[in-house]
Amino acid sequence: MAIRERLSGNEAVAYAIKQINPDVMPAFPITPSTEIPQYVANYIANGEIDTEFIHVESEHSAMSATLGASAAGARALTATSSCGMALMWEELYVAASDRLPIVLALVNRALTGPININADHSDSMGARDSGWIQIYAESNQEVYDNFLQAFPIAEDARVHLPVMVCQDGFITSHGVENILLVEDEKVKELVGEYHPEHFLLNGKEPMAVGPYAVSNYYMETKRAQREAMKNAKEVILELAARFEEMTGRHYGFFEEYRMEDAEYVIVIIGSAAGTCKAAIEKIRQTTGKKVGLCKIRVFRPFPEEELAEVLKDRKAIAIMDRSEMFAATSGPLGAEVRAALQSAKSQAEVVNYFYGLGGRDITVEDFERVYERLEQIAETHVIEDMYDYIGLRSRD
Amino acid sequence: MKDTIEIRWHGRGGQGAKTAALLLADVAFKTGKYVQGFPEYGPERMGAPITAYNRLSDRPITIHSNIYEPDLVAVVDDSLLEAIDVTHGLSPEGAIIVNSQKPKEEILPHLRGFQGRVFVIDARAISVKALGRYFPNSPMLAAVVAVSGVMERDVFLQEMRASYQHKFAKKPEVIDGNMKALELTFEALR
Repeated sequence: MAIRERLSGNEAVAYAIKQINPDVMPAFPITPSTEIPQYVANYIANGEIDTEFIHVESEHSAMSATLGASAAGARALTATSSCGMALMWEELYVAASDRLPIVLALVNRALTGPININADHSDSMGARDSGWIQIYAESNQEVYDNFLQAFPIAEDARVHLPVMVCQDGFITSHGVENILLVEDEKVKELVGEYHPEHFLLNGKEPMAVGPYAVSNYYMETKRAQREAMKNAKEVILELAARFEEMTGRHYGFFEEYRMEDAEYVIVIIGSAAGTCKAAIEKIRQTTGKKVGLCKIRVFRPFPEEELAEVLKDRKAIAIMDRSEMFAATSGPLGAEVRAALQSAKSQAEVVNYFYGLGGRDITVEDFERVYERLEQIAETHVIEDMYDYIGLRSRD
Repeated sequence: MKDTIEIRWHGRGGQGAKTAALLLADVAFKTGKYVQGFPEYGPERMGAPITAYNRLSDRPITIHSNIYEPDLVAVVDDSLLEAIDVTHGLSPEGAIIVNSQKPKEEILPHLRGFQGRVFVIDARAISVKALGRYFPNSPMLAAVVAVSGVMERDVFLQEMRASYQHKFAKKPEVIDGNMKALELTFEALR
């Protein structure tokens, strides 16, 4: 029987770490992820797990120590947010190219400028090209479930890539919600013992990790990373299937909510999807209009074909970005989904919204207005502002 | 009857409004509810106004926005009444609880014409009488439970005793005091 609990998102991740009992966790505190290493340190101090906790002097060192531990053959992880991850930038790429199966608990927060501690996706979206697998969550339940699946995905021989398990700062990290925890023995069965094939501390197989690669070799390593990312798709689905068998909870690359007949669709990532679901229920009950949601769970690798297949024949689609990329056109999700629709020769009308930057709240009523606009666009085929905002204060 | 009760807490950083919201989520969870308890964070400073929220329901809750039309508002510090429109979005069918040593007549003019039920609770007097010190959380929590009717008094008290026994395992002397504070609050609101 699953264990009924109520936990914050940070508590849920720390609890997953406790159940996994990894070998090494170097970490440096930053709001809103600080509680994760804090709770883990408590578990260690209480003798509940024997993870080696390394106190480091910065996030640059946190990811460096995680790399070192992972290369040595340990199951290693760290946690951070925002500017903390920005300071890991160099090492993010090293982790991916060295093919180290590290897991990063990322609590999404806006990057500084102006200083802001609240939720948005600019930290992880900025790192979308670093070679990490990225998995996002709507709720505390999902970030916990995703975390349990992360190490087996990362460590699979077909993958060998680091995984970023993302949740929205404060909204889920500091919000207490009901959650179903998986029993310890089931977690052990799912995650298993870590036996790396190649590792630095193996005296029988001397090797180098992260050496210089001249032009004759560099490009092939990038091609190999790309292949691993492709392989990750099947491994992610395999893990989801095993997890579903264990818990009854279904996961895929994205969640389709009321999509069976949906004509007007929102594509979104993270906690706001739950608010969108409430809007969908309200609209369907009061008007019967066919509204639905595609919530992206796996952003890297990007499920281009699968998503296009689900979206291509809808009447109108709003793609919602919680970060900027300053193309002066799309946001990162907008660009990817639009490209997917283009490949599938979709005729659907598409609009791209920016919302929730720096923690700006988004409500059920906001989503209702988006669906109203989609309906209007589908009727008129006129899109006045292809790239629009939700919740932006007016100039006057 | 709405199937979700929405509560907004107003306090100042360090006074425990967030803790009270989390305690309420805890105790409602234990009675089988679906719960949310979450703070709204800005720059974290002692004494700055802060807001925390609860959603309590018999059905799963998916909404992740703040609460703009609460059923109940709890004000932990009456000095906020002048700075903040604490009744904003509160429906006339709703209720507000204000922690204050002032009489209700002095509180009402600050509530900007709010037509619903108003409860003024002297958490300081209750806390000092029950515990010998001022901790507004227990009285405010009891007041929210009493006014919202989100759970039965006896179930609430039973769950809170278990919570305090867990929370104050190393300070058992404060368990009875906190329980007394809860009971005195229920009596004061009767």
